[in-house]
Amino acid sequence: MSQENAKTAETSVPFWKEMFSSKNMKLLTRPFGADNPVTVQVLGICSALAVTAKLQPALVMAISVTVVTAFSNLIISLLRNTIPPRIRIIVQLVVIAALVIVVDQILKAVAYEVSKQLSVFVGLIITNCILMGRLEAFAMANKPWPSFLDGLGNGIGYGMILVVLAFFREIIGSGTLLGYRVIPQSFYEAGYSNNGLFILPPMALILLGIIIWIQRSRNKDLIEKEK
Amino acid sequence: MDNNLFSLFVRSIFVDNMVFSYFLGMCSFLAISKNVKTSFGLGIAVIFVMLITVPANFLINKYLLVEGGLSWLSPALAEVDLSFLSFIMFIAVIAAIVQLVEMIVERYSPSLYSSLGIFLPLIAVNCAIMGASLFMQEREYSTLAEATTFAAGSGIGWCLAIVGMAAIREKLKYSNIPAPLKGLGIAFIITGLMGISFMCFLGIEL
Repeated sequence: MSQENAKTAETSVPFWKEMFSSKNMKLLTRPFGADNPVTVQVLGICSALAVTAKLQPALVMAISVTVVTAFSNLIISLLRNTIPPRIRIIVQLVVIAALVIVVDQILKAVAYEVSKQLSVFVGLIITNCILMGRLEAFAMANKPWPSFLDGLGNGIGYGMILVVLAFFREIIGSGTLLGYRVIPQSFYEAGYSNNGLFILPPMALILLGIIIWIQRSRNKDLIEKEK
Repeated sequence: MDNNLFSLFVRSIFVDNMVFSYFLGMCSFLAISKNVKTSFGLGIAVIFVMLITVPANFLINKYLLVEGGLSWLSPALAEVDLSFLSFIMFIAVIAAIVQLVEMIVERYSPSLYSSLGIFLPLIAVNCAIMGASLFMQEREYSTLAEATTFAAGSGIGWCLAIVGMAAIREKLKYSNIPAPLKGLGIAFIITGLMGISFMCFLGIEL
């Protein structure tokens, strides 16, 4: 960050303008849609599907992943000139694993119930391809602040997909949101019943397929070309 | 006891299939499953690495990390609980073993290396491998035999899933799919349908 502050002092532009320039903001917002890590870059699918049966664990997972991507991008970007290229994978994994351990310990202390529900998937953030993908593709070649924004953006883009999936799966599958009943009792008395299929794992895949379908119908550039 | 192991083996292939019931290893599952031959190669590599890493991590977990695990070293260490280090230990073991396997295979079997070579580095970040180690810890398998059986079953299950998927995707080239759904979209939906068909194994008790 000090580099950037020094630069802003020279050009006498207020540093916040530099920090939130349109180029930097683009880094933050592109992953929300056109460059979404899950639906376009196909990264981090493993955990995106397993934790979305209910909204609460999905939210916790989204926040955890966002924190870890943002900070691992920042740390690796700060270290990028000192890491020998041959052992960079190990260095990246160690940084990620250390951050994930911190997140895991905090979850266990603050939200024990949710951390039980997430079980191994907190640990699996380490092997989440979004992290390695962004570190390799962005943080190793860019300055700390843009890397931080890129990590934040990708984490949020991933989180958005998680929340959308979890929203539909919980409301259709159990008729609740965050554990509160939203479908009134009178519906059930009139013969409505929950669709148990939405709780089961395969439905997450099919829903994600439909999300991709909708996104690509709206944005024709993303359609895969015939090979 | 033997019956138990067999049951665990079958369960980890079909009922608790890594791909269809836990979605582990989806990234490489979707990226590589375009033709049967390469996906079979990757499947074999996964079985191989899993069979080495899960027992190794089992021993590390049992004799180093769990509370009281260090008591074989000296009684004074009986209360040390290092289990919070398990993530970092597991991933380090996996990364190191993958590197080692790559070097050994390259030295002694160049033909195997040329067919597996490109996949081996990918495996270090395959969530199925890390997931198998974490499930092994979470479900508290008590003996080395159990951990090894579980590893073999999960690896074979993963291999089965990716080969099946690749076979379907090869046929898919000839079908008429709506353009926005091509490629990734339809791959997800097919995986979902395969998952539903694998659910028929639920409830099998051996």
